[in-house]
Amino acid sequence: MATIGPSTAPPTQAALATAVDPAVEEGARKMTASPEPSKWTVGRILITLLLVGFAALFLYPLVWLVASSLKPASQVFDNRLIPKTWVWDNYAEVWDQLPLLSWMFNSIAIALIAAAAVAISSSIVAFGFAYFRFPGRNVLFGLVLATLMLPASVTMVPTYLIWKQTGFLGSWVPLFGMNLFGSAFYIFLQRQFYLGLPRELFEAARMDGSSYWQLFTRIAMPLSIPSFIIVFLFEFQAAWNNFQGALIYLNGESVEDFTAPLGIAYAMTKYSPTAGGEGDYQYVMVASLLVTLPMLLLFSFGQRYFIEGVATQGRKG
Amino acid sequence: MAQGTVTEPGLGTGRDATARAPKPRKYDRREAVAGYLFITPWIIGFLIFTLGTMVYSFFISFSDFNLATNRMRPAGLDNYRALIEDPRVMSSLGNTLFYAVLAVPFEICFALFLAMLLNRVTRGAGLFRTLYYLPKMTPMVATSAIFLILLNGNTGAINTGLRLIGISGPQWLVDPAWVKPSIVLMTLWTVSGTMVIFLAALKNVPRDLYEVASLDGAGPVRKFFTITLPMISGAMFFNIIILTIAAFQVFDQAYLLFWRDQNNVAPEASLFYAVYLFQQAFRNFDFGFASAMAWLLFIILIILSSIQVKLGNRFVYYEGDR
Repeated sequence: MATIGPSTAPPTQAALATAVDPAVEEGARKMTASPEPSKWTVGRILITLLLVGFAALFLYPLVWLVASSLKPASQVFDNRLIPKTWVWDNYAEVWDQLPLLSWMFNSIAIALIAAAAVAISSSIVAFGFAYFRFPGRNVLFGLVLATLMLPASVTMVPTYLIWKQTGFLGSWVPLFGMNLFGSAFYIFLQRQFYLGLPRELFEAARMDGSSYWQLFTRIAMPLSIPSFIIVFLFEFQAAWNNFQGALIYLNGESVEDFTAPLGIAYAMTKYSPTAGGEGDYQYVMVASLLVTLPMLLLFSFGQRYFIEGVATQGRKG
Repeated sequence: MAQGTVTEPGLGTGRDATARAPKPRKYDRREAVAGYLFITPWIIGFLIFTLGTMVYSFFISFSDFNLATNRMRPAGLDNYRALIEDPRVMSSLGNTLFYAVLAVPFEICFALFLAMLLNRVTRGAGLFRTLYYLPKMTPMVATSAIFLILLNGNTGAINTGLRLIGISGPQWLVDPAWVKPSIVLMTLWTVSGTMVIFLAALKNVPRDLYEVASLDGAGPVRKFFTITLPMISGAMFFNIIILTIAAFQVFDQAYLLFWRDQNNVAPEASLFYAVYLFQQAFRNFDFGFASAMAWLLFIILIILSSIQVKLGNRFVYYEGDR
């Protein structure tokens, strides 16, 4: 970021101020730096105890989930963290009880397409805003940021009508279609990254006869892999968790066509004993765990990117 | 941080000298055309999915919309009149407002508290941060499936735990008075995103400020209010705005816990604005009414955000003009 000098604020500053905080960004980098060790005092022991206590509270529901997924139907609600009766069969049975395999497949496919689409399109647009000088650029970029403030419910109904009129209802397209056109926050993030690249790099390539498109594909893209990964991971998670979208666009389809979140919501109703369901809630627990695992896996590989991404902005939802 | 957060658009240092020249800038024609081509995907998306849908939504809100024939009939202010006359609109708005007023302060305080704890430890901070972040990675539908059972008034782990310390817990998901605290509790479990933003801000507070304050005899409370809080006010402001907007649009948790099963009778206290809007739009297919509701929400959020920005400008400390 060293190449970005101090500068005056363009018209978009008010909008931007709410989108990023340089202190936060700098802090994100410092987070990895380890401060000097100090000796144990009463205060430090108290802090450590508190930290451990909160860790237990945060982990409890997840541990509870793992335990419940291994219990027979009659013991699911007994709150034991170590099952009295271990039923590994739940994990074999669940595939027959619920079309979990096709839900997982649908979710993975949609999340991959959605994440790849938004990461690529946002990069292209962001490079347009970062490198090129053209009339109205600042105004247009201000518009990009302004769209962050628009609540989804305003566009929900017309968007549904657009997909209905174009005949895409019931397909996956409504769940990733808008991602083909870039997404405001990701454009902002990628643009910030490109602004940190020295312009001389691109000027030199221009001298050597590179086209503008080659500047993007040969220089900007390869150098921006880290921020590209942040965008990809964030959107993968968002698409994987997208419940409302699936509820709007896939709820009327056959059960096999559901995504994982919609499927689990369906299973919650099907098996919930309080709603007169069949009471085999352990299958809901198995399915919930299997839907959570890919996210935990993603986090274990990309933790750095998640924390950095959140710290630099504080994503809207 | 309103000033100086923004870097002048344009790559690198090369152009800084010329960029701020007051006279109208000459554009390279080829470069400008290429620039427009690069941002074309966004322009198309904006015209269709933002501007287009906004205009469309605006017209639908003044129409009687029939989904079967896809016909819009002008209906003047009928939808807005129905909005005011429908007691469920007002009660869902009240529920949402109540939830936001309850959730946002709790989230802010809890997230800040955790961040300050993490900021104090030298070893293992990374491990704790990872553990605290795991709930944030859990899909909301799994979170809801878990908390649906944990919050059960009779057998749930939360009341069982409370009983151990002699408190008889409420019927979280049944008693109308405890519906919102239930959702706040779930939200607090996933508070780590907010925490990470605070933590990053805390790491950035210069240590020498505390040392100077200590020399002056300031205690920890004094230091918190005179140094920490002002120095992280930018992050605080950002978090409050983002959390308020999110609270007003709370949907997944409420829908999954209460409104998922259409044969089930949910407590009226769990009818949040976004849930009622969704029901009007995609259960009753009353698009006119739903669009009017959406615009009412939009206006409320604009007013709220601008009040917050006004207040923010007064209280947020901007470190110099970097």
